[in-house]
Amino acid sequence: MAKVPVQFTLNGSEKAEFVESGTTLLNALRDKIGDTSPKGGCHQGTCGACSVIIDGELRLSCLTLAETCNGAAITTTSGLAEGGVLHPLQRAFLDTFATQCGFCTPGMIMAAKVLLDHTPNPSRDEVVEALSGNICRCTGYEPIIQAVLTAARANSQNAA
Amino acid sequence: MAIRRGRGVAAINYPTGMNLGGDPTQALVHSTPTGNFMVTLSSVDLGQGMKQIMAQICAETIGVPTDRVVVDTADTDTGPHCMGTFASRGTHRAGNAVIQAAREARQVMLEVAAEELEVNASDLETDGQGNILVKGAPQKSISIFDVALSAHFKRGRSISGRGMFLIPRSYPEKETGAMKPSTCYAHACTVAEVEVDDETGEVTVLTVKNVFEIGRALNPKMVEQQLVGGSWMGISHALYETTEPYYPNRDHGGTDFNQYLMPGPGDLAETEIIVLERPSADGPYGAKGPGEMCANPQIPAVANAVFDAVGVRIDTLPITPERILRALKAQAAN
Ligand code: FES
Ligand code: FES
Repeated sequence: MAKVPVQFTLNGSEKAEFVESGTTLLNALRDKIGDTSPKGGCHQGTCGACSVIIDGELRLSCLTLAETCNGAAITTTSGLAEGGVLHPLQRAFLDTFATQCGFCTPGMIMAAKVLLDHTPNPSRDEVVEALSGNICRCTGYEPIIQAVLTAARANSQNAA
Repeated sequence: MAIRRGRGVAAINYPTGMNLGGDPTQALVHSTPTGNFMVTLSSVDLGQGMKQIMAQICAETIGVPTDRVVVDTADTDTGPHCMGTFASRGTHRAGNAVIQAAREARQVMLEVAAEELEVNASDLETDGQGNILVKGAPQKSISIFDVALSAHFKRGRSISGRGMFLIPRSYPEKETGAMKPSTCYAHACTVAEVEVDDETGEVTVLTVKNVFEIGRALNPKMVEQQLVGGSWMGISHALYETTEPYYPNRDHGGTDFNQYLMPGPGDLAETEIIVLERPSADGPYGAKGPGEMCANPQIPAVANAVFDAVGVRIDTLPITPERILRALKAQAAN
C-alpha cells in the first residue's frame, strides 16, 4: 500500500514519518516514532489508555488516523517532565500511590491534564467526569481521583 | 415499589500459596564490586510491588539502605526457579527465599569485613547506613563499599547467597482427608450497605467498611493501595463482572471493555480500610499474602446486604438486576 507522509509536532519537536494509509496515530507514535507512553488497551475507543492531547483537546490515538494529524501539536505523557522535573500530575500520581501496574496511568494523566488546563480548581465531580472514559483495573480509582485533586491544589499554591 | 436499604456482613480467611506438586521459590543475591546488592528472581512484579518489597527484605536482612538493592525479575528462562505470581504467594514465598539468600550473602560480607578489621565476624554488626562496625567499639568500622572492593579485588570472594524456600506437597490423610494445603492465612471482614431498587433490581453500594488482618504490613502505603483497589474489585465481582452471564451457556458474554462491566470512577462506594497487623510465624518479617484475599469479603457481604434489603438470596455471581428481579418474582409467587 502506498505510504503517506505525516508531519506534526510531538511534545514540542518536529516529527516527520511515512506511514501506511490508515495507520492509527497510536501505532505511528509507538511503532514508528518510538513514543510508547500512549498504551494500546483495546484499540477500539473503550479504555482510554491511548489518550493523547491534540491541539489542546483530549483524543483517543487508537481512533485517530495519523494522516489526519498533519500540522497538529501533539502532547503525550512522555513530554510532560521538564529537564528531569516531573509534571505536578506525575508527582501527585507518585505521592498518592495512584499507579499500580501503570498501564492506565498515561491515559489518566492526559485526561487529567486537559481537565486542569481548562479547570484549574475542579470539584471532585468534575474530576470523576473527566476520568470516566478511562478504565483502571488495579487502583479502584479513588487514589487517581485524589492524585488529580492533589495536583490541582499544588498548581494553585504555585500560582498564588 | 421502593428503594430498600440493607446491610450485610461477611468474614473470610484466605490461604497463602498453593499445594500442587510442592510450592518452591528460589532467589539469588550477590554484591556488585561497589557493594550494591542484586536480587535475582523469576517471580514477576505485575504492579503489586514485588520489586519494592523484595528490595526492602534484602536490605533489612543484609543491613544496607533499600536504595542499595536492585531487584531483577526479568526472565523465567534463566532466573532461579519460582512457581509464579499467583495464590497471593509472592511476598511470602519469594520473601522467605530472599531472606535466606541475603543471610548467606551477609555472612560472607561479615567474614570479609572481619579479615579487613582483624576481628571475629561474630563481633560485627551493620549500621543500616552502609557500614560494618565492631560491636561495642563503633569507631572501628569499614564501609560495605570497601568490603566489596576487598572481596572482589583482594580476597577473591563472592559476596553472594542462595535462597530456597519450599513448602512441600501435603497429601490428605486417608481416614479423615485432613491436609495442610497452604501456609499462613490472612483474614478479613467487611460490612456493606446497599440500596436495592425493587422495581429495576439495581443495587447501589453505599458504603463498604473493611478490616484486613494481613500479618505485618511490610510497606504500609502499598498495602493500603492494594486493599483499596481490592475492595473496589470485590464489589465489581459481586455486582458486575462476568465473561459468561448465562454460564454454562457462552451466549451474551462480554467480548470487550464495552460489554465487560466494571464500576467506573463515578460508581465508587464510600470505602473504609482498617489494617490489623498480626505478624505470621513463618512469613518474611511476619508478612502474609494480602494480594487476593482483599477482593473476597465484599462479595458475600453485598449478597447478604441484598438479602437484608429485599429478602432474596442470590447465590450466583454477579448479582445482576435480572437475577434480583427473577428472585423477587419467585418470592412473590410463593
Ligand atoms: S486503546 Fe484507545 S481507547 Fe483503548
Ligand atoms: S494501575 Fe493498573 S490499570 Fe490502572
